[in-house]
Amino acid sequence: MPLTELERGRVLEIVRRHGSEPTRLLQILREMQEEFRHVPGEAMEIAAAELGVPRPQVQGVAEFYSFLSLLPQGRFHLLISDSISDQMLGSRELAAYLAEKLGVEPGATRADGRVSLGFTSCTGLCDQGPAGLVNGLWLSRLDCQRIDLIADAIERELPLAEWPGEWFAVEDNIRQPGLLLTGPIEPGSALKLAVENGFDAVFTEIDRSGLRGRGGAGFQTSWKWKFCFEGPEELAICPVDKREKIERYVVCNADEGEPGTFKDRVLLNRYAHQVFEGMTLCAGIVGASQGFLYLRGEYLSLRPRLEAVLAERRSQNLLGVNILGQAGFDFDIEIHLGAGAYICGEESALIESLEGKRGVPRNRPPYPVTHGYLGRPTVVNNVETFTAAAAITLKGGEWFASHGTEKSKGSKILSICGDCARPGIYEYDFGVSIAQILDDCGAENTLGVQVGGPSGTFISEREFSRRLAFEDLASGGSFMIFDQSRDILQIVRNFTHFFAHESCGFCTPCRVGTSLLRNELDKICSGHGTAGDLVELGNLGRFIKSASHCGLGQTAANPVLNTLERYPEVYQARLKSIGFEPGFDLDGALETARRLTGRDDAMAHLEQEES
Amino acid sequence: MTTNPTITIDGKTVPFREGETLMEAATRAGIYIPHLCHNPEFTPHGSCKLCTVQVNGRNCRACTFPADVGQTVLNDTQELNDTRRTITQMLFVEGNHFCPSCEKSGNCDLQGAAYFLNMLDGHFPYFYPSRQMDASHPDVLLDRDRCIFCELCVRASREVDGKNVFGIAGRGIGNRLVVNSSSGLLKDSELDAGDKATQVCPVGAIIVKHHGFEVPIGERIYDGKPIDEVSLAKEMAMGEGENG
Repeated sequence: MPLTELERGRVLEIVRRHGSEPTRLLQILREMQEEFRHVPGEAMEIAAAELGVPRPQVQGVAEFYSFLSLLPQGRFHLLISDSISDQMLGSRELAAYLAEKLGVEPGATRADGRVSLGFTSCTGLCDQGPAGLVNGLWLSRLDCQRIDLIADAIERELPLAEWPGEWFAVEDNIRQPGLLLTGPIEPGSALKLAVENGFDAVFTEIDRSGLRGRGGAGFQTSWKWKFCFEGPEELAICPVDKREKIERYVVCNADEGEPGTFKDRVLLNRYAHQVFEGMTLCAGIVGASQGFLYLRGEYLSLRPRLEAVLAERRSQNLLGVNILGQAGFDFDIEIHLGAGAYICGEESALIESLEGKRGVPRNRPPYPVTHGYLGRPTVVNNVETFTAAAAITLKGGEWFASHGTEKSKGSKILSICGDCARPGIYEYDFGVSIAQILDDCGAENTLGVQVGGPSGTFISEREFSRRLAFEDLASGGSFMIFDQSRDILQIVRNFTHFFAHESCGFCTPCRVGTSLLRNELDKICSGHGTAGDLVELGNLGRFIKSASHCGLGQTAANPVLNTLERYPEVYQARLKSIGFEPGFDLDGALETARRLTGRDDAMAHLEQEES
Repeated sequence: MTTNPTITIDGKTVPFREGETLMEAATRAGIYIPHLCHNPEFTPHGSCKLCTVQVNGRNCRACTFPADVGQTVLNDTQELNDTRRTITQMLFVEGNHFCPSCEKSGNCDLQGAAYFLNMLDGHFPYFYPSRQMDASHPDVLLDRDRCIFCELCVRASREVDGKNVFGIAGRGIGNRLVVNSSSGLLKDSELDAGDKATQVCPVGAIIVKHHGFEVPIGERIYDGKPIDEVSLAKEMAMGEGENG
């Protein structure tokens, strides 16, 4: 349906409110989605013309992000988290209940346009699931009773603003504070100290602290900041004062998409000042004047609060021009929202997304630290890293370095969910044993733990004496617990489907490989696998790991490989026991033929012989 | 006197110039590194991963990775060629490649790479995707079944034709080649048969119409010569042209 004159005007207004800047494309498309419940083809055309970017690029972005849709969604768009921890709390059954109640299938929009339903990757509410999103806003602790009420509100077209606040309520659930979570620093206190003592002194403390990136990869923070300040190699011969003139950027990676991670949700809710203070300190050290908080789309509910904190900091001269009276110390932070793409947690994909493009990881070298946002030196750090940097500035590098282990200094904030009595946020000095953590959160009869999320490591009960540290078990913060009642293959299937869904599709091994891996695993799980399929599963997993372009592909097979190694018997138990049984689903193999001939009658189906 | 910096590829000393990629240095030295998404006329892309080599023990993409002093590069090894064969098989099963009925058969780089890598079957289950064919343009056919997402047409249209006719939309296994026009059809785009973008497709996804089977099967490029010879002859000549 063509847009009305009024609607065309609205589209132009949205684009122009963003200064007709191509880097704002994703933000523009998000607003169109909100306005029209989808991104109309005509709107893409108007945006392309106004921004001066080719139409395929706009379409490419619109089709890349899960939260953007080319087909109209309902006025109430409900997404149910499909994360394993939500599934364990009954999210699938609840979604079925909701679908029946509302008369709409998952993935569809009801004919009257009032409501649409779908599944989404982890929403970051694993400690208070089953969770979901309504028009992008969090819904926590769903149960049948709550769903009855929600369905009723939807049928009455009750505006979201009038829905009871408790439906959206999200608890911080800080169960065990440590080095950082004992309380936020006084806003501005670290910056004041930095302005008094100079940024060289701050840098010395950060360096002394041994702080390593908290996103999981663990690159030394002070080195990253130093490389950013030094800039690209071709500048190495420049005098320092000339180097200072190039634009640099500080980016906070709040695209906490690893299933089971929600620590940044809590840090941004309760420690927002400290996060922004850490970013501002970094800006002072590297000489950046622009910062970005890349906030995952699932955390839309946090945005108003974060904007308020930024406004407060501007009014206190903790952001803006001549910060705290220091001439030339200019820095401000802009919030960019993601739109449902796990890959954007990868730093170069995140930068592409910040530039308004598809979240496709870049070729390296060059590295983002010298050629990042708009090709300029850019620091990308995790929310927790900036939080720690602010505390270190105030309390000193020694304070931090005296905790943790030799190679992993300080503390790590964990998001714990799954089978335990007290899911929530736990902070530990590095070096703590897995057994200790399980004991603290009240986990019993534990089968295994997924440390670091699906891309991390699945450890079995024989390994609970292992330790949380970069040199043993590294984690970006996800810690999912599974007890003896759980089916390992169900867990692995969930993760493997997740990666196939989130692969960006840039490189062949990950684009094709993650889907092949998913299909192969499904085949085994459905009882059609043979011994050869198990060999194939392992080979395919190792291939994807070694041949893929970025961290997503390189870790996508970890759940399969980890569990094949630890629980081969679980896989073997699912195999067909008879040697001459066909290694495939006979009826499934006819699906293409049925589709082509348009038949679906009984004669078009085959029973598999069971002998 | 300064000597030219060098790397070694499979034990052979190869000189390189400042800023060159491994692929460029190798090609100039007459060493073939298999590739599909790379074409020296355009900005390197690094997506097909066929040119994966080992640099000091680490997997790198030769088409994007800069050559540097002290690099020991492995290229023609069993392990790397196995990886490349697997990638090629994945490209075959991902799309719908019916070689016997394809006009490009015999001139197709995907086929050429498969011959070179001794690929004898698809190995993996076929996806049989349902992709839209676009025959709307009077002079050019777009058969998405054969697209391998190398983005050479995207780059050619952008960098040489200045038209931006093509782009990639979708995500992951759902990626698809899209066309710059309101209808999404090629006939409504700015594409002309003579554009660079119509000439660079390594497979039969973009075919210029009215020229069917002018060279008979059996006498086509890869019917007679392996892809390493063909590719090196072409790309070394290009390199010399640039320097001459």
